[in-house]
Amino acid sequence: MLKRAFKTWFLWELLIGLSVTGKYLFKKKITVEYPEEKTWLSPRFRGLHALRRYESGEERCIACKLCEVVCPALAITIESEERDDGSRRTTRYDIDMTKCIYCGFCQEACPVDAIVETQEFEYATETRGELYYTKDMLLANGDRHESQIAANIAADARYS
Amino acid sequence: MSGIDMAIQGGIWALEVLAIAVPIALSVAYITYLERRVIGWIQVRKGCNRVGPVGLLQPLADGLKLFLKETIIPTKANKLLFVGAPILALTPTLIAFAVVPFGETTFFGVWDEPHVMAISHLNVGLLYILAISSLSVYGFLMAGWASNSKYAIMGSIRTTAQMLSYEIAMGFGLVTVMMLSGSLDLAEIVKAQAGGLLHWYMIPLFPILIVYFISGCAEAGRTPFDLTETEELVAGYHVEYSGMWFATFSLAEYGAMILISLLTSVLFLGGWYAPIPALDIIPGTFWLLGKAAFLVFVFIWLRATFPRYRYDQMMRLGWKIFLPWTLGWIFVVGMFIYTPGLDGIINFWLAWR
Repeated sequence: MLKRAFKTWFLWELLIGLSVTGKYLFKKKITVEYPEEKTWLSPRFRGLHALRRYESGEERCIACKLCEVVCPALAITIESEERDDGSRRTTRYDIDMTKCIYCGFCQEACPVDAIVETQEFEYATETRGELYYTKDMLLANGDRHESQIAANIAADARYS
Repeated sequence: MSGIDMAIQGGIWALEVLAIAVPIALSVAYITYLERRVIGWIQVRKGCNRVGPVGLLQPLADGLKLFLKETIIPTKANKLLFVGAPILALTPTLIAFAVVPFGETTFFGVWDEPHVMAISHLNVGLLYILAISSLSVYGFLMAGWASNSKYAIMGSIRTTAQMLSYEIAMGFGLVTVMMLSGSLDLAEIVKAQAGGLLHWYMIPLFPILIVYFISGCAEAGRTPFDLTETEELVAGYHVEYSGMWFATFSLAEYGAMILISLLTSVLFLGGWYAPIPALDIIPGTFWLLGKAAFLVFVFIWLRATFPRYRYDQMMRLGWKIFLPWTLGWIFVVGMFIYTPGLDGIINFWLAWR
């Protein structure tokens, strides 16, 4: 009773609060100053999409359309035709990044590891149209990030 | 007085006013910067450090942004009152600085007698401050009324009630200062505290110092008491304001914060005197500004620490705790002054006996 009155009238708990914030004032700051510093990205990071090729240069995608089916946001549009050598290939493979929710289902559905999500996430544009990625753009993404994609898939392989 | 003399006098006054008003505007700008940095540090962040070296140009960028923004006046607002309210809120805060004594100076030996550094050395300075600082309530009331908005009127009602409640506790708290110093002159009050840390009024009036500072917090609408700008009211009395007029309101808030800090230093923390008389070789203005700067830091520290009061809790604190405490302390101080035997203790701080 007396103790409680003492604590109330001497603002005891407020002083404890102030001492806590006073201590944090001098703690090491954990801010990551983004454009100069970046945080570590997981190999499973789901960023910009890419279409991969085999080492021979042949594109992996076989136009099975599993990704198109599984895509919950209906962001993927695929059209396919038989190529001259008899193999089935896509003639159109578009991903609308304004629709995509980066769930990674396309990557999981793909039987030949053709469509993957890279660790690239800094691709903001000034118009919506630029976020509509066509097959050529996706293949170019794949060529640009191939070493990283391969490393990430290798790093994650023992869990899948 | 001849015309030339009057012109010279007017010029001196204008210079004096500028010498106070410009530093206030600048320090308000940099207090916003300090606030963001300190709150950032307390939250283990770095705070704004991008604009200019360590972010020092941030207040200028903010000011420029606010200046370039459009001032929207709602169609159904009362335009005259709407525009006048921020000015009426800011002006009392600014003119209250007129009597704050920033120190004593002989002007590098030009004068024989040391003069008090204040725009107006008023012998009822404390009364003047009490009178003037209550006026800013009208600005907030007008702002809410003129906006013709439900949120704004509710916010301004809250602000008005809050400021009126805490002004009473503040006023009664100051009575004890008057009882000890026997003067309403702020410079005399400071001189009564000469002679080091033990002579400061914070020793015999410690509860009043706390009550005064916390009431000042409420008066300026600072965070444990910022009910005037809570989320449930969108933003309180200044919902409809934008651009420069909005900035004027925050200028008034931060100006009030500086004023409360300066007054607390003057009334309780020995004004321009150093804690040890030997340190008085450092000019008194630095001591006063240093004490005020520390109190401004405490304001920010409180903001970073405490959650907001609920409205009824705030009213309870003002009326049922602070008011009895100040009244009780007036009684205690009076008893000490007039009881034979006890007056020996209080005589140490009593300037007029």
